[in-house]
Amino acid sequence: MMLIPCPWCGPRDAAEFAYLGEPAPRPDPTAASPEQWRGYLYLRHNVAGPGTERWYHRMGCRRHLLVERDTTTNEVRPHRSHVGDES
Amino acid sequence: MAMRLERQPDEVVDRDVTLTFTWNGRTYPAYAGDTIASALAACGVRIFSRSFKYHRPRGLLTASYLDPGCMVQVGDEPNVRGAHRLVEPGMRVRSQDTWPSLAVDVKAANQLVGRFLPAGFYYKTFMGPRRLWPAYERVLERFAHGGEIPDLSSYQRQDHRYDQRHVHPDVLVAGGGPAGMAAAVAAAAAGATVLLVEEEHALGGHLRWGGDDVRSALRELRGRVETAPGIEVLTDSVVLGRYDDNWVSVVQRGLPTVNERLVKARAKSLVVAPGLVERPYVFAGNDVPGVMLSTAVRRLVDLYAVKPGHRAVVLSANPDGDAATEALRRVGVDVAHVEDARRGGDIVRVHGRDRVRAVELGDGRRVDCDLVVTATGWTAPVSLLTMAGAVPAYDARAARFRADPAQLPDNVLATGGVVGDGSLDELVAHGEATGRVAARRAAAVGRRWRAASPTAHKQAGPLVEVADDAPPALPVDPHPELFRARTHGIVDFSEDVSSADLVTAVAEGYESAELAKRYTTATMGPVQGKLETVNVIAIIAEATRRTIEETGTTTWRPPYAPVTLGALAGPEREPVRRSPLQSWHDAHAATPLVAGAWIRPDHYGDPAGEVRAVREGVGLIDVTPIGKLDLHGPDVPRLLNLVYLNRWSKLAVGRVRYGVMCAEDGVVLDDGVTARLGESSYLMTTTSSGAATVWEWLERWLQTEHPDWRVHITPVTTAYASINVAGPRSRELVRRVVADVDLDPDAFPYMHVRTGTVAGVADCVLWRIGFTGELSYELHVPAGHGLHVWEALLAAGGDLGARAFGVEAQRILRLEKGHLIVGQDTDGLSRAGSAGLEGLVKLDKEDFAGRPELAWQDQQRDYPRLVGLRTTDPTVVPVEGSQVVADDGGIGGRVTSSRMSPTLDRSVVLAQLDASLAHAGSEVTIAMVDGTRVTAVVTAGLAQVDPEGERLHG
Repeated sequence: MMLIPCPWCGPRDAAEFAYLGEPAPRPDPTAASPEQWRGYLYLRHNVAGPGTERWYHRMGCRRHLLVERDTTTNEVRPHRSHVGDES
Repeated sequence: MAMRLERQPDEVVDRDVTLTFTWNGRTYPAYAGDTIASALAACGVRIFSRSFKYHRPRGLLTASYLDPGCMVQVGDEPNVRGAHRLVEPGMRVRSQDTWPSLAVDVKAANQLVGRFLPAGFYYKTFMGPRRLWPAYERVLERFAHGGEIPDLSSYQRQDHRYDQRHVHPDVLVAGGGPAGMAAAVAAAAAGATVLLVEEEHALGGHLRWGGDDVRSALRELRGRVETAPGIEVLTDSVVLGRYDDNWVSVVQRGLPTVNERLVKARAKSLVVAPGLVERPYVFAGNDVPGVMLSTAVRRLVDLYAVKPGHRAVVLSANPDGDAATEALRRVGVDVAHVEDARRGGDIVRVHGRDRVRAVELGDGRRVDCDLVVTATGWTAPVSLLTMAGAVPAYDARAARFRADPAQLPDNVLATGGVVGDGSLDELVAHGEATGRVAARRAAAVGRRWRAASPTAHKQAGPLVEVADDAPPALPVDPHPELFRARTHGIVDFSEDVSSADLVTAVAEGYESAELAKRYTTATMGPVQGKLETVNVIAIIAEATRRTIEETGTTTWRPPYAPVTLGALAGPEREPVRRSPLQSWHDAHAATPLVAGAWIRPDHYGDPAGEVRAVREGVGLIDVTPIGKLDLHGPDVPRLLNLVYLNRWSKLAVGRVRYGVMCAEDGVVLDDGVTARLGESSYLMTTTSSGAATVWEWLERWLQTEHPDWRVHITPVTTAYASINVAGPRSRELVRRVVADVDLDPDAFPYMHVRTGTVAGVADCVLWRIGFTGELSYELHVPAGHGLHVWEALLAAGGDLGARAFGVEAQRILRLEKGHLIVGQDTDGLSRAGSAGLEGLVKLDKEDFAGRPELAWQDQQRDYPRLVGLRTTDPTVVPVEGSQVVADDGGIGGRVTSSRMSPTLDRSVVLAQLDASLAHAGSEVTIAMVDGTRVTAVVTAGLAQVDPEGERLHG
């Protein structure tokens, strides 16, 4: 059970968080094609290695946050930017 | 207690306390501190179980937790480790899986037909035909190992309690032998908090049976552990696994009040000190009762003062074998012969079936005896180290797999026998140095954590700075490689797998250790390879003509030791939410309904009467569980426009509007009404079950997509008691308790909100809405005054026939009115159009959650529809979930809600129907649960009562 570095609470047990996965940019809802929109809904890169993930500190400060996690080692680091600024 | 020795200097039994217990119905004596097996062995019992496949008699092998021959049933608890579990007064112990008795087991005939139970017999014997599988299962059940599980009622009687605990030690030490104790003491001296976990009932490891040479050293180490500040010792506890960031799980046993406790530790550093496990030797008859390991002899003699036999032959390859010989001689066992494996000595066969009668040596000599002791080598229990990333490699010089501590992450260290050998002083010195490093690294982790926590105290505690002294290297003693004699014998005692089975498996092509293991099930029994893995590897290596290094070991995975499902599940923890009015409901014979986390009144005995009261007079329902969110800020309208399908920009102060939320895939998420209480102050309601989801949904939009929007959300669900007053006389009733709100229909029309004083309670929110389809007022009252207002309303409405109604009546009322319930009349595939909500979807809004999907649904038109149905026979109420049959006989939809309507005196039904069936007036067929079919007609709208809405607006 890894530790997730919450920028507000410090490193906390992953069980306190909801995993929201790789952030997917939201396409323009008036112009998106079905392929683009469903890519946003369902498709992720799912890399074996380091990637950016969004977590939600549900049992803590209730803030969304970004981390970098290596999916092959579970090494987790804080992300340089806050949620909302990632794109 | 014929085999009980005179008092031994290190014995753990208390001769002043004699207990009695039963074994297979007979009463036996025991001393306090005896294990089940030691007490029975002291009374001359030699057979404790029958083996898994061949039902061969089995006795003591290790006399420890791992002993594969001592699994017993204690009361209603199966698979108890008899050589570990302490005797308690009156304990009822039985042998497992024997029939008709342990002494005469007819299934022992299996050993005569062993050729029908070959390697991989699971895969060969029960292949097919498929129709015979039920018969196979009955056969397998009869032969399967394991005791009897308790019946459910004993769980309900709370006889079985389990617990969980979270701990955050600086240093967790796994193993309480000399190195582990020294590590714990040194870490504590360096300022660390320490959790010291020991599998046995006492600290000490192999020093416990080390005799005169180590007795004072053991006493001193235990004393230092006891007096050191900040060490918590858990005995009879085992570390199960090491996970990311040193999350370490520990099972704690032998507790007075709970069966088992799972301890979840977040250790800043972990010291692995499990010592060494003695390995059995493989030869013909090596499982006959009376063949045991040298450590078993020393446990029996030194700890339990039990004489292991009368006449012994010892096969010794190391000093511990020699020490066992000494121990036997000391207590008067006739050591008939010592075969020294270091000089080429060997044992090839044991004669005897129920007990050892003689042993055949490597040179062919035969020696009569009743006890055969082997000391042929050690296995390093590297499980925790491999879980932390180390890859064990075979060291032929030491004849064991060893893990390289250099492969471990910074926060995992190893000490003691798992690392190397050495004198007691060397082990203690290594442990102390390791403990200091562990404490230093834990302090560094702590500083890192504090630095990463903006809200934590920045100042570090009084941590003593310690030198960065790398532990001295431990020597590794040479040991002869001894795995199997020239005969074949049992390799896996739990699974009854012999070395011949492994050779067969290799001959059949299972040359990889991982495959041969699964094919033969070797190492897959209760002992999980702790005793037999290295022998298995060695025999596979021999059969494949490879070296042990080339063969490699199998993977160790958690849990290291067995743990009950009860401990994993933990104590039952299901919090229940109660409205402030629940005491009134209880006092008025409400039938309770569990609705999510809430207890609610389903009805008060007469739901139909409650419905009629609302339609004809006035009723009150407790709707406290409705989700309530207080929204503040200038950007609330933008948020509402984004999450609701309809338009919210122009909601005036004092107005209430109904809204539906969809997820980004267009599926209906929740519905509710939201009121504008002030310029930038709103109160949103959600469904009862959706309260948490909606809050998180709104936060998600605000935090991830629109962090610049100024909206603050406060959940206020339980801050208010919510009461819906419904019925044609509701205005009359509310007027009697509300002083400062003009209730005149023109001043306070439908879908409006007011704040005011109700029954003397200020700051109440009143809104005119109507889930029931009647004129109604929903009152949100500060929770502490909820019961007062409820009782005041009932008292004031006595002459109006005011009465409480429950959830069931509300469900009937809303169904009569055709109001949907999200999650009942919709499911995880229902987009807005399938919920009869096309009118709410404002596609001319630029953006809202799910907009593209709803636009595409709007173009397609072939989606399922929510419709009302009127059954041809008005008395028929098809159960919810009944399928609607399409013309071609396929499924054309399903009934989502159905009730008998007291208002209409006929059934009312909502259904999801395929677009082709969902036209007003079309006739559909419903398949009833009993197999019959009924017909129904699609109604023009969803509402069956007051479709024009006159009652609501009045």
